[in-house]
Amino acid sequence: MDLYEYQAKELFAAHDVPVSPGIVVTSVDEAVAAAEKLGTPVMVKSQVKTGGRGKAGGVKFAATIDDVRTHAGNILGLDIKGHITRKVLITPASDIAAEYYASFLLDRANRRYLAMCSKEGGMEIEQLAVEKPEALARVPIDPAVGVDAAKAAEIVAAAGFDDDVQGKVAAALVKLWDVFVGEDATLVEVNPLIQTPDGDVLALDGKVTLDDNAAFRHPQHADLVDYASENPLELRAKERHLNYVKLDGQVGIIGNGAGLVMSTLDVVAYAGEKHGGVKPANFLDIGGGASAEVMANGLDIILSDPDVQSVFVNVFGGITACDAVATGIVKALEILGDAATKPLVVRLDGNNVAAGREILAAAAHPLVTSADTMDAGADRAAELAAAAGK
Amino acid sequence: MSIFLNGQSKVIVQGITGGEGTKHTALMLKAGTNIVGGVNARKAGTTVSHVTKDGAPVELPVFATVAEAMEKTGADVSVVFVPPAFAKDAVIEAIDAGIGLLVVITEGIPVQDSAEFWAHACALGNRTRIIGPNCPGVITPGEALAGITPATITGPGPVGLVSKSGTLTYQMMYELKDLGFSTAIGIGGDPVIGTTHIDALAAFEADPATKAIVMIGEIGGDAEERAAEFIKANVTKPVVGYVAGFTAPEGKTMGHAGAIVSGSSGTAQAKKEALEAAGVRVGKTPSETARLLREALAAS
Repeated sequence: MDLYEYQAKELFAAHDVPVSPGIVVTSVDEAVAAAEKLGTPVMVKSQVKTGGRGKAGGVKFAATIDDVRTHAGNILGLDIKGHITRKVLITPASDIAAEYYASFLLDRANRRYLAMCSKEGGMEIEQLAVEKPEALARVPIDPAVGVDAAKAAEIVAAAGFDDDVQGKVAAALVKLWDVFVGEDATLVEVNPLIQTPDGDVLALDGKVTLDDNAAFRHPQHADLVDYASENPLELRAKERHLNYVKLDGQVGIIGNGAGLVMSTLDVVAYAGEKHGGVKPANFLDIGGGASAEVMANGLDIILSDPDVQSVFVNVFGGITACDAVATGIVKALEILGDAATKPLVVRLDGNNVAAGREILAAAAHPLVTSADTMDAGADRAAELAAAAGK
Repeated sequence: MSIFLNGQSKVIVQGITGGEGTKHTALMLKAGTNIVGGVNARKAGTTVSHVTKDGAPVELPVFATVAEAMEKTGADVSVVFVPPAFAKDAVIEAIDAGIGLLVVITEGIPVQDSAEFWAHACALGNRTRIIGPNCPGVITPGEALAGITPATITGPGPVGLVSKSGTLTYQMMYELKDLGFSTAIGIGGDPVIGTTHIDALAAFEADPATKAIVMIGEIGGDAEERAAEFIKANVTKPVVGYVAGFTAPEGKTMGHAGAIVSGSSGTAQAKKEALEAAGVRVGKTPSETARLLREALAAS
C-alpha cells in the first residue's frame, strides 16, 4: 500500500523523524482555517499517490490567506496523472538552506536493502540518477544487520556531506530506518530532506510503501486505507478477500492463480485485436481452492461492472478438480439468478476435466458456452463482447 | 535423473498437522514421495496416519524440531506449510539444522521476513537450497513431489521447467503432457525468493535427463533479463520462454507481490526482448510456447 505524504509524515513523526507540522484539509474553508492557525506563508500541497505533483501545479507557495484560498481552490479536484486531488496538506513554508535526498528500499535483484542518499535533493531522483550518478550514493544494507549509527555514518560519508551536517543527517537516517523496519515498509523516501538556516534537518516530503503481507502485525495500518478514493468494485472485492483489479476493457476475466490470470488477460487482448479491439475488463484471481461461494462472489463482482459485455472463466484444475469448479459455476449462477445477464465462456482443463465439462453440459445454462482451449475460449469471449458492444 | 529432488530424497513436512500440511502430505505420498515424518513442537511424540502410494497405511512421526527429525530419519528435504506469521522462524530453524533442500510453500510472508531468512542462509554459507516462498515447489514426475503441484498431469520425460507462477506451471505441463518432464520447479513470484531462474537453468544444463528447457516469467523485477544473460553465456540446451503480463497496466499489483510494473523496467516486453536477444524463442501464449518447445526439441 502506498501512503499519502501526510500519512508518511505522521509515521515519520511517530518514529521521531523531524518533520514540519501540517494540517490535512478537504475544502477551501478548512485550508484557510489551517493556514490561519499555522500562520502564513504556507505551502498548499496536493495529496495524491503519484510523483510529479509540483510540475502538475499541485504544490503552491501561499504568501497570504488570499493565496491559500486561490491555490486550495485550484488544487482541490486537480487531476494529476489520473489521480484526483481530494485532500490538500497545509504546511508552514520552511526556509531552506540546502536540499538533500534519502531513501531506503528493497533491492530485489540482490535480495537485500539499499540506502540511497544525495546532498543534491529536490529534483526528481530518476533524473539525478541519470544526469549525475556520482552524486547519488548507493549503499547496500544487510537485512540481518540493518542501519545503526555506524552504517548511517557510512551512508552520509558516501554521499559526501559536509562535516557540519553529517551528524544530523545520519541521525535522521537511523530514525528513517526505524520507520522502514518498524512499519514493514518496502520503500521509505524523503525528497527533499532539508537543512534549515538554523542548521536543523527536516523531512519536507515523504513517500512510504507498506508491505501488505505484513498487515497481520500492524493492525493500525488498516486506518491508512483511503476508502473514498478506491474503485468501488475493488473495494467490494477486497471485503470478500478477492484479488481483483479493475481494468478498462469489456471482457470480464476469472481465473485461478496470478500467473494464469495475467496470461489470460494477454490472450484475451490478442483475441480482441481481431474483434474490434475489445480488452480485458479486470484481473480476478480466485486462487487454488475455487469453491462455489468464491466463484459466486467473483461472478457477482464482475457482472456488476457495467463495462463488462462477456465473461471468460479460465480455470486449470490442479488441486481443485474441474468437476468441483464446474459445480461452483452452476451453483454461482443459481445464487445470482436474474442478476446474471452476460454470456459466460468457460474453459476448464486439468484434473477431472471430463466430469467438469459434463456438469456444465448437463446444466445447459443458456448463458454458458464451453471452450476446449484457452485460446478458443478467449476468442469466443472477445467475439461475444464485440457483438454486444455493437 | 532430475534436479534438486528424486525418489531417494527423504522428505519431512513442517506444519504436517495443519490443514494444508495434512492435505498435501497425503498428495505427496500418493505421488510416490518418501515422506519420513514432520515437525510440530506442540505435537512432538505423536504420529499422523496416512497411506502410501501403494495404499498401505503409514504412521508418520511428528518431531519437536527439524534437527531432531533429521537426526532420527536422515531427512534431507523439508517442505514448509507453516502460516505466514511463523514461517520465518520455521525457515531459520531448518537452515540452522542444515537441511539440504527447503521448499517454502507458504503464501503471504512479509518480504522483510524473507529478506532476513535469505540473509541468514547466506551467512551460513548457503548450505541449504531454498525454493520459494509462495511457490508450488518441485516435482520430479514418477519419483517425488515436494510441494503442491498436481502429480497427475504428466509423467517423466525430457523437458525441464522453471516458472515464477504455479498455475502457469500446471498449464505448461498440461500442454506438454505427452512429452513429460525431468523436473518442474516453481520458484515463486515474491520479490525475494531463494532459488532463481538462473539456479534452475544451471541445474537443468547439467542434468543429462533434461533435453530442453521451458522458462516462464512474469512482469516485475529483472530476474528474466539476468536469466537471459546467463543463458547466452552458459546454456547449450534449447530454451524457450514465456512471459505473462503484456497487457498489465503500470503501477498495479497483479496478485503476486512481485508482479508489479513501475516504469519501463520489468515489463513483459523488456523481458521478451532480453530473452530473444539471448537466442531464446518466446511464445505469445502458453500454447504457442508449447509449440516452440516441440520444435526446439525436434531440432536438437
